[in-house]
Amino acid sequence: MAVTAYSLVRIHNLFAAVMMSGIYSLLGAVVYVVMDAVDVAFTEAAVGAGISTVLMLGTLALTTRMDKETKLVVPIPLAIVTVTGALLIYATMDMPHYGDPGAPVHHHVGPHYIEKSAQEVGPPNIVTSVLASYRGYDTLGETTVVFTAAVGVMALIGRSRRRKKVPPKTDPASKKEQET
Amino acid sequence: MLTRSSILRVVSKLLIPPIMLFALYVQFHGDFGPGGGFQAGVIFAAAFILYALIFGVDNARNAVPAWATRTMLASGVLLYGGVGVAAMLLGGDFLDYSVLNADPLTGQHLGITLIEFGVGTTVAGAMITIFLIFDGRLRAEKDD
Repeated sequence: MAVTAYSLVRIHNLFAAVMMSGIYSLLGAVVYVVMDAVDVAFTEAAVGAGISTVLMLGTLALTTRMDKETKLVVPIPLAIVTVTGALLIYATMDMPHYGDPGAPVHHHVGPHYIEKSAQEVGPPNIVTSVLASYRGYDTLGETTVVFTAAVGVMALIGRSRRRKKVPPKTDPASKKEQET
Repeated sequence: MLTRSSILRVVSKLLIPPIMLFALYVQFHGDFGPGGGFQAGVIFAAAFILYALIFGVDNARNAVPAWATRTMLASGVLLYGGVGVAAMLLGGDFLDYSVLNADPLTGQHLGITLIEFGVGTTVAGAMITIFLIFDGRLRAEKDD
């Protein structure tokens, strides 16, 4: 993963960069499988490695294949990124160890879901019952986000094409005149 | 952009039906194994995009017209919200599926199946719509 991430930063051919990001997603999916988060791995492989790669390629076809040459070292952004990265790494020192049974995340609603979901909701896959039933509001929000994204793309890129087809006489302004 | 390579065409013809079937399996087996509406929608859209890439976007547009994907897009969210409102009308809280059936567990199962189907419909509709719009934009630029 580190190798793909580094080459992603260094590469100038955007086509290769898109392929690299796909490989990165696939490796991420493998990490999730190793950590037993099969549902998340599934999503990562399908969305990250599959669909988003296709969409990025579509974007490349619309724009350009090579990125612009830039100055190699820009001091102020580099400093900001370094400081932020150092702060983030410092913050991870306070996090409990991976798999620590005393971690706060294992003492909130987690045990309740694991013990009661079979009686309260039913499905053997606890991920599904948490996602669809206990956290139904969140999933509704996510679905709305996907919906809004598609509507946004339609409004941004889809519209100009239609406007081109409409002859200039049927502008909204002239429609208003016809109505009055 | 019809691909001339017969290997690609034959293999994708063989692959597309199983991919769609797998999407449905992931959709309705999500209660028992990994998967759910989101993944199923993406897999279904992937089958469609593969078809469009191999057999040309025009054929794909004929197979699934734009109004169909837009209806899918909106109806999924509506189904999800509708299940929530139905639960409210039956005397429960918003998105409390237990009241959908006399037996709370059956009600939960019914609600989860319905909303997962809503999620899958919206995601598939969204992915196909975005892909088709990208292609349409590309053509509009080529015409200029």
